[in-house]
Amino acid sequence: MASITLTVNGHAHTVDLQPEMPLLWAIRDVIGLTGTKFGCGISQCGACTVHLDGQAVRSCRVQVADAEGRAITTIEGLSPDGSHPVQRAFAAEEVPQCGYCQSGQVMAAAALLASNGAPTDEDIDRAMERNLCRCGTYDRIRRAIHRAAKEG
Amino acid sequence: MPSISKLTRRDFLALGAVAGGGLALGAWLPGQQRGSAADALQPGAFVRIDPDGSITIWMARADMGQGVRTSLPMIVADELDADWNRVEIIQADAHPNKYGGQMTVGSSSVRRGAWTRLRQAGATAREMLVTAAATQWGVATSSCRTEASEVIHVSSGRRLGYGALADAASKLPVPASPRLKEPSEFRLIGTRVPLVDTLAKLTGAAGFGIDARTPGMRFATVLRPPVFGGTFDGCDPAPALAIPGVSDVVEISSGIAVVADNTWAAFEGMRALEVNWHHGDFTMSSADLSAAFAKALESPGAEARKNGDAVAALSGSAKRIEAIYEAPLLSHATMEPMNCTADVRADRCEIWAPTQNPQGTQSIAMKITGLPAERVQVHITYLGCGWGRRSAMDFVEDAVETSKKIGNPVQVVRTREEDMRHDYYRQAGMCRFEAGLDAGGRVAALTCRVASTPIYGRALAVDGNGVDGIARSPYRFANFRVESHPVVTEIPIGYWRSVGPSQNTFFLECFVDEIAHAAGRDPVDLRRELLGDNTRARGVLDLAAEKVGWGTSLPAGRARGIAIVEDKDSIVAQVAEVSIENGEPKVHRVVAAGDFGQVIHPGIVEAQVSGSVIAGLGAALGEEIVLERGRVVSGNFRDYQMIRMAQAPVVEVHIVPSTGDPGSVGEPALPPIAPAVANALFTLTGTRIRKLPIRL
Ligand code: FES
Ligand code: FES
Repeated sequence: MASITLTVNGHAHTVDLQPEMPLLWAIRDVIGLTGTKFGCGISQCGACTVHLDGQAVRSCRVQVADAEGRAITTIEGLSPDGSHPVQRAFAAEEVPQCGYCQSGQVMAAAALLASNGAPTDEDIDRAMERNLCRCGTYDRIRRAIHRAAKEG
Repeated sequence: MPSISKLTRRDFLALGAVAGGGLALGAWLPGQQRGSAADALQPGAFVRIDPDGSITIWMARADMGQGVRTSLPMIVADELDADWNRVEIIQADAHPNKYGGQMTVGSSSVRRGAWTRLRQAGATAREMLVTAAATQWGVATSSCRTEASEVIHVSSGRRLGYGALADAASKLPVPASPRLKEPSEFRLIGTRVPLVDTLAKLTGAAGFGIDARTPGMRFATVLRPPVFGGTFDGCDPAPALAIPGVSDVVEISSGIAVVADNTWAAFEGMRALEVNWHHGDFTMSSADLSAAFAKALESPGAEARKNGDAVAALSGSAKRIEAIYEAPLLSHATMEPMNCTADVRADRCEIWAPTQNPQGTQSIAMKITGLPAERVQVHITYLGCGWGRRSAMDFVEDAVETSKKIGNPVQVVRTREEDMRHDYYRQAGMCRFEAGLDAGGRVAALTCRVASTPIYGRALAVDGNGVDGIARSPYRFANFRVESHPVVTEIPIGYWRSVGPSQNTFFLECFVDEIAHAAGRDPVDLRRELLGDNTRARGVLDLAAEKVGWGTSLPAGRARGIAIVEDKDSIVAQVAEVSIENGEPKVHRVVAAGDFGQVIHPGIVEAQVSGSVIAGLGAALGEEIVLERGRVVSGNFRDYQMIRMAQAPVVEVHIVPSTGDPGSVGEPALPPIAPAVANALFTLTGTRIRKLPIRL
């Protein structure tokens, strides 16, 4: 065990953890923010996507030791009230079905738009490739990303 | 015009004594036991109007993305003429009797009896409120109308809100036959109201099963015997207990539970376990299952369907064609892995379950704990996909047994690998068709023999699910015979979204295409002929063909394929436009036409149709559970290829306007896509695909 300080959504949490614990489980089971989801544990589904210094990462494959000292943003911290442009666009397009993948989709889309204000379909294919949606909401995700790019 | 004659006074009961006043209405719903005096006093309070005008509607089914949290209350609220903005929707807990059947499978929440009952509940409350207002004003009820939670006296313009009327209404007798609206009077039904839980799902606030938290809760995972039918002969817990955070290793009936401070420690502990397995006798690999099917198909099976005399018609036909088709086991691969949270105490048990079967959850917990129903509370959480997987009870048993053993609340979560290796898989099957054509190229006879693994390994003479989609199809075959060969193995088989038609529509709709080509007929024309007097299905087929421009030219290297299904009171036809890119099928565009009866929420229907196309496309192009010596090899998403963003085609959805009783929406759009794609590929390549997933 090691004392590790994680800065999640602007709050510092100092916790005793195994340094190799995946960030996902520290966020969910230790810090108690459950918006970030577990789907596969092997970087294949994107349900666990969070931002690390603004970059979208799969938190199931980031060890807590490597996240120390970096700005971690989870879905709970993306906006105080669901008003981030990506959340607004996803709501306008009624993207979610079961909703389980949606935190990850929103975080991946927000990171894409932060680096590319007008993504093409190919850019979206590439950026969202690792985010599975078993409910098959892909066409609406695509529309919502274009909408968010336009409406900002 | 919906029948209202069957509504009796016993169907709805006003529950006058609501804390704080107001009108509460209980209703008998389909599947609800009735008859005893005690039951009569305890109907489900599923609509309540408080004196402040707020309206509460309880939703007792499970929402797994099909939108029932919005659509079921819409039906009640429309007949009630409620102000939708003041309606609060509460997810009901499980109850043996209060809400009727809560099992959420087979796209059954709206169809059949529920549609009428939900409407009657709203209409009953509305009529009582109107009577209360008319009495107060001393006018005839017929001189009043309702709108947005108000009763309005038409000629004088006087208005009273539902809240102000609720107390008086609750003292009135329950009307025996409230008038239901004509479809033209619907205000909410058929509109795109925003879904009630969208924001919660976009902010991480929606609580799924895996998000349940209760004070003192531990985290656990369970390891099952890898080979189906296997057992274990003790294990050394020491390596697991050596993992920091792991506190307990306990045996439960399904396997070994590792309990820890957090899920990751539990997973690591499980991976460290050294277990002595008895692998049992089951040693089938995927090829053995295919061989067992092929062998079964050599002999006649039990008769599942017979029209006319197919055997005689076949021998008298001018041309005969035959073919064998096969489909593999599939995993549900729900995005949220199987999990359940349980807190078992000596005198009570509380459960948080992402379950499609709330009452089954309650009764299994009663069995394990020995507690009566009123001491077993089951909260239905959000479900991260269902697809039928969450109607099984294995994940509930894991949590209840583990909590009972350790005497502590616990959340049991599966690793993805354990989830995929211990699913209740979609039936695998193989089928042999033979068709006879007459001299004019018409279908004179069709026979079909299906070998399938029955759901839950039930010993059946005829596997009804295994032939569903063929024995029951939109077509009117005059000389038709279907035989069933159930092949029972140790492999756990369950309900998978759309069930039998998920594989059988692929078989039948590809073979119908083979017949069309053998007869030199256009696939749409031949289907129109085979649909005979099924005018509803012909309408859907024609709509799909018209919207896609069937028969118009496509860019070089692209082709269209069509397929149709009739399933659970709905009909869906799809046309896929396909090319081959880098040796793989690429689906560019899908045009789907459907007749779903009265649509409650068009946005939900469109989402369900396009999602079903993605689901069916996954099964067509990549999904397959591979068996090796009695165990499932496929263990995570790397070995189980689902559709991702870049493969997802544009899906255009066209809905036939209808005021008929609502049909299924969550399932019937899944089966047609695989045969539509395979039929398009035949046009492109000249090679017939008879096995899923498609390998070019
Ligand atoms: S849980 Fe991290 S990518 Fe699937
Ligand atoms: S909305 Fe259900 S998995 Fe994406």
